[in-house]
Amino acid sequence: MRGALRALGALGTLGALVAAAQAQTIAIVGGRVLPVSGPPIDGGTVIIRDGRITAVGRDIAIPDGAQRVDAAGKWVTPGIINPATQLGLVEVGQVRETRNATARGDDESAVRAAFTVWDGLNPLSVLFAPARNEGITTVAVLPTGGLVSGQGALVDIVEGGVSDMMVRSPIAMVAQVGDPESANAASRGELLLRLRELLEDSRAYARRRADFERAQTREFAASRLDLEAMQPVLAGRLPLLVVADKASDIEAALRLARDYGLRLIIGSGAEAWMVADKLAAAKVPVLVGSMVNIPGSFATLGARQENPGLLRRAGVDVALIGTGSDPDAFNVRNIKQEAGNAVAYGMTWDDALRAITLTPAELFGVADRYGSLQPGRVANVVVWSGDPFEFSTRVEHVFVRGVRSMAPSRQDELMTRYKTLPPSYRSP
Amino acid sequence: MSRFAILALVATTACASGGTTPRTPTTTTTPARDTSAQGGTGSGALSSPLADPFPSTYTPVPSRPTVIRNVTIFTAVGPRIENGAILLRDGKIAAVGATVDAPADAVVIDGTGKFVTPGLVDNHSHMGVYAAPGVQANSDGNEATNPVTAHVWAEHSVWPQDPQFPRALAGGITTAQILPGSANLIGGRSVVLKIVPARTVQAMKFPGAKYGLKMACGENPKRVYASRGPSTRMGNVAGYRNAWIQAEQYRRRWDKWLADKKGDPPSRDLGNETLAEVLRGNILIHNHCYRADEMAQMIDIAREFGYQIRAFHHGVEAYKVADLLARDSIAASIWADWGAFKMEALDGVKGNMALVHQAGARTVVHSDDPSGIQRLNQEAAKGIAAGAALGITIREEDAIKWLTLNPAWSLGLHDRIGSIEVGKNADIVLWSGNPFSVYTRAERVWIDGAQMFDRSDPSEAWRTDFELGFVRRGGL
Repeated sequence: MRGALRALGALGTLGALVAAAQAQTIAIVGGRVLPVSGPPIDGGTVIIRDGRITAVGRDIAIPDGAQRVDAAGKWVTPGIINPATQLGLVEVGQVRETRNATARGDDESAVRAAFTVWDGLNPLSVLFAPARNEGITTVAVLPTGGLVSGQGALVDIVEGGVSDMMVRSPIAMVAQVGDPESANAASRGELLLRLRELLEDSRAYARRRADFERAQTREFAASRLDLEAMQPVLAGRLPLLVVADKASDIEAALRLARDYGLRLIIGSGAEAWMVADKLAAAKVPVLVGSMVNIPGSFATLGARQENPGLLRRAGVDVALIGTGSDPDAFNVRNIKQEAGNAVAYGMTWDDALRAITLTPAELFGVADRYGSLQPGRVANVVVWSGDPFEFSTRVEHVFVRGVRSMAPSRQDELMTRYKTLPPSYRSP
Repeated sequence: MSRFAILALVATTACASGGTTPRTPTTTTTPARDTSAQGGTGSGALSSPLADPFPSTYTPVPSRPTVIRNVTIFTAVGPRIENGAILLRDGKIAAVGATVDAPADAVVIDGTGKFVTPGLVDNHSHMGVYAAPGVQANSDGNEATNPVTAHVWAEHSVWPQDPQFPRALAGGITTAQILPGSANLIGGRSVVLKIVPARTVQAMKFPGAKYGLKMACGENPKRVYASRGPSTRMGNVAGYRNAWIQAEQYRRRWDKWLADKKGDPPSRDLGNETLAEVLRGNILIHNHCYRADEMAQMIDIAREFGYQIRAFHHGVEAYKVADLLARDSIAASIWADWGAFKMEALDGVKGNMALVHQAGARTVVHSDDPSGIQRLNQEAAKGIAAGAALGITIREEDAIKWLTLNPAWSLGLHDRIGSIEVGKNADIVLWSGNPFSVYTRAERVWIDGAQMFDRSDPSEAWRTDFELGFVRRGGL
């Protein structure tokens, strides 16, 4: 299983090289450059060659033959990374045959650890282009459902197949501790009990693989594939992304991670601000939104829009996720609105940009290639007409792996068709 | 249920998804109300036009005259006023312009760098009927027991202690239409509320506001009633027409009796009574309808039975028939960027608001969502930007109407709210900056001249009964 994952990762690298081969040298000149990894550079230049960033700064020589992009008065940032989506996994939410984010697995245990969600990814989803055309170049695609939902991946929004799009897989094992009903459990404590049993059995399985093959072990709480898939989590190599809103659920996840030495990421985290100090002390990052403030369930009574800012102030690493309408598919693009609202409710502007670029890259282990404008990084670069969080700002250019990528979306085609009615549509 | 994106399979919005599967209808017998004890008129057996059996008891909170100076004003009826001033007195807008005379006892607020707009109006909300927390016991928005439930009234489901109300107020919402959900072809009466703290829904009801009637096209009714019908769109249309045929007979019978009072009155029927009021023009139609072709059919049905559709709600394809909407004066009550969560929403585009506006029809920004209602101004800003991308310039002065005067018109309240004009109700929002910026927040909100929200003073914040104790502001 792990071998297979590695093979897919290698394919991803190959795909990147193929795309890069078509790329040229591009010089984005004169913009307000926000590298994220360092201070803003006014009147800066970004050089892209063969799909990589080769230089960032002021007074940089423009290579001969470079295609020049005038960015005077524009803002230049890394491509935005949305760390929690179902792009390519869900096309039409209410049409079952277009939903591929959930494995059925074993109903009883609700453990689907071996489920690799990217195997069902549709690279031709019409929802990729609207996201990319608004500056989102890279998305995490995550599974959902059950107790342990499965494994997610990070993909670039580029033309090609899944292997061409792949940035890294897996990036996280997704689980949850707040929703007993989805896991055939009757209480929150039972979810924790099940997770502990799974971790114990995964450990026991690893010690006794040979016995297991000879059917000389007791019955384990999950299938062979699931137990195998949990090994990188137990080894602390693969983060366990635990979806939890309630402060006490987050604390329970912290105890679990401490007891088993897991790399934990908290997702959703509506009440994370209430345990900000504990998250900071445990160095556990969070994925949270900035537009959640309704006590919509008994798990989110403490939800408030100051959540991201309060967490940052306490020293917690924060990546922003979408929490508006349809944030994981149709409106993956609205992660920028999330950042703007986070600022309106107390997060610093720089932290908000980091929370949709470099921080998610760090959480998913790709900060050496993604999330900042530095030499050697993959050339996912966006040129904006102004502040990227503002509604009035236009995306001028999107470069993904060094290639300008702004083909019209299906939505664009519809609008073009109806802006001036074609003759056959004149009578209503 | 977690709000985390990756847990949500489908949009859970009450109206967008149509809510529950039908339950087995149960019959209950309600004892006749003894009105004499309450001093009522005892006319409960009569089907009287414009009857008001649950009258508003709303009274404005007492207020002092208030002046906001040095502020940018979007009036929704003319050009923006830079560095202007406004006077609120006795619950009304008493003056607006470059300067106003401040009475000696006036509260004077310096609005430097800030903006004033009319209070925002959302004509599509389920606050109170799908209250938070969203547990089954609070799920009161869809009477999904019959495809036609014209007899139900949303106000009888509204919980005034819904914590979603104060959050909407903090987003600058001063008036909202609360609708039944969209499980049914005809879902029942809406109610128009002022967003004020109250013990009873009557104390929130907008005095004199007309009722609306919720109708729903397309996927939701046929999905909810698949097993008993309607199970198709043609079944839906037959269902509307049958209901209107009954209603027209009922209206004729009653209008005749009311005119001559001869013999025993006809028997009263709550559903037909509501529909008859639509036919008399006393109730406004708010029609949930996504697809362009279905809107055209609903327009024909309205013509067949002689009523007007006031607004198509959700209308993700309104841009495809914007010319029809303009021709028939039907508002398009729409989202900025919802789409593709079901087949009939597949063609949602961000240019919808701008394309409808450009065609000369009324764009209304609506929420259908307790989170979206808090940021309607941001939704309008998206609509402006999408217009710009299409080469359609929408002035902010015009876009403000999408949030105020146009929804007010859709509720028939445009002569009382929705713009800043002398004599209109003093429903006003003071924004920290340009309301179309993502960084701007409502700082203060006035309803009928009384300050109902002040972000700088959390101690005075409206906290519903539910929130006491449950919603904490400290850590563990």
